[in-house]
Amino acid sequence: MGFFGGVTALAKGFATTFQFAFRKKPTIQYPTIKKQHAPRFHGLHELRRYADGKERCIGCELCAIACPANAITVIGAENTPEDRRSPGERYAARYEIDELRCIFCGLCEEACPTDAIVLTPRFEMADYRRGSFIYSKDRLLVPPEAGVGTPPDERPGGIPADLGAVIERKSTVDIATGYGATHRGEILKTERRGLAG
Amino acid sequence: MLDQVPWWVVALLKSAIILFVVLTTFAYSMLFERKIMAWMQLRPGPNRVGPWGMLQPAADAAKMLFKEDLTPDTADPVIYKLAPFISLICAMGAFAVIPFSETSAGLWGVGDVNAGILVIFALTSIGVYGISLAGWSSGSKYPLLGAVRSTAQMISYELAMTLSIVGVLILAGTTSLAGIVHAQHRVWFIIPQIVGFIIYIITAVAETNRAPFDLVEAETELVGGFHTEYSGLRFGLFFIAEYLNMITVSCIATLLFLGGWDAPFGLTFIPGIVWFVLKVGLFIFMYIWLRTTLPRLRYDRLMNFGWKVLLPVATLNLMVTAAIVAVTG
Repeated sequence: MGFFGGVTALAKGFATTFQFAFRKKPTIQYPTIKKQHAPRFHGLHELRRYADGKERCIGCELCAIACPANAITVIGAENTPEDRRSPGERYAARYEIDELRCIFCGLCEEACPTDAIVLTPRFEMADYRRGSFIYSKDRLLVPPEAGVGTPPDERPGGIPADLGAVIERKSTVDIATGYGATHRGEILKTERRGLAG
Repeated sequence: MLDQVPWWVVALLKSAIILFVVLTTFAYSMLFERKIMAWMQLRPGPNRVGPWGMLQPAADAAKMLFKEDLTPDTADPVIYKLAPFISLICAMGAFAVIPFSETSAGLWGVGDVNAGILVIFALTSIGVYGISLAGWSSGSKYPLLGAVRSTAQMISYELAMTLSIVGVLILAGTTSLAGIVHAQHRVWFIIPQIVGFIIYIITAVAETNRAPFDLVEAETELVGGFHTEYSGLRFGLFFIAEYLNMITVSCIATLLFLGGWDAPFGLTFIPGIVWFVLKVGLFIFMYIWLRTTLPRLRYDRLMNFGWKVLLPVATLNLMVTAAIVAVTG
């Protein structure tokens, strides 16, 4: 490349950057404008109910077994005739997901035999305390007043149209327990062993 | 009325005004750079602080002020703390002799020095001490490498730079900046001194340590170079100095080659200061454009280019100019 070749190359480069200055910017101004996600976007979890208000979760722990990140802890309990939480024999007495460990792969959703746990398109979960990322039933379960919506197994293509419509609830975890958050699942498992033995 | 005020009061007032204007220009040229660079990289640039990000410089300044001022254990504390001020004072000092415009009342500037261009070159040459000493006194390897580079780069480029403007001085027959502008009333020196102009523009980029000649900082190789160890306000001072130097060399290019405040095409109804600002802005835009377009040069190629291309061409340009002036009188 001689002198003129070099100069031409330089001119080309300058023309390119100059043209780019007037192109349309692909940036989405995030907090003010939000991107429309795909319907099956993997976001925050939600525990669904049946149309009669009963919980879908039967406390089988398949989601906890399927979870590659060990983010889910389920402790089941027996339903009693006086207090029937779910149509099955058992229900989830405790159901906790550590959203910091979760990799949002959706395997829990696939493993669930009753379509109880589903991933919603909600993704804004930022908080100041680690403990706040442990979502227990009080935040995961669709509240009865929010309506049951369409049950997941009856939707065309299984796409949940009303997912993420659940009202936002604040974390109930206090700062002190928040710091022990990383071991939270372990503590719960020890508790469960205590129950079993 | 102005005659009754002592000269030093006038000089102080003028200095205060120019410092204010120049520092505001610095703040907004930084924003301008970030915006232009962002657009060329398909980003919107700063747009959160104030409308169009207009308050971004203020936010940056507040951030710099509240950052911790660290001194490494291995540093030479006195020189380490002094170095940013050497850079800044030299960068600011140059504005004392730059005439910005001229009206019937006189020159717009603090002082009209008859060797103005030499004063500016002297000050910008001292300015490199700030960078070299900062790098040396940090007591850390990357800043030291940056300092060594700055010294080498300065020697190889200052020479070509000075030679490139001698042609202008020969044509103008004076070293006073106002005199040089007056000499360009008929034709701007960019026409007869186009070679000198191109060399000046290239060397000015090297002089101000900006991309593609920013080997002194070279984030990807030297982790920031001479200012790796600096933080907070002291880092901010280097930053100010770099941008002030950029404005200074743009001012010199305007005064020496583009006729300063001289209005082109007989558009004299627009005041000279507007023309001056427009011309300086053009150069600053060019610097930003250059930074977004070209990648950093390799160190040995930079040296090669300086010594084997720019210096001989500048010398040739000087000799030809001198010969023509000598023959035509």
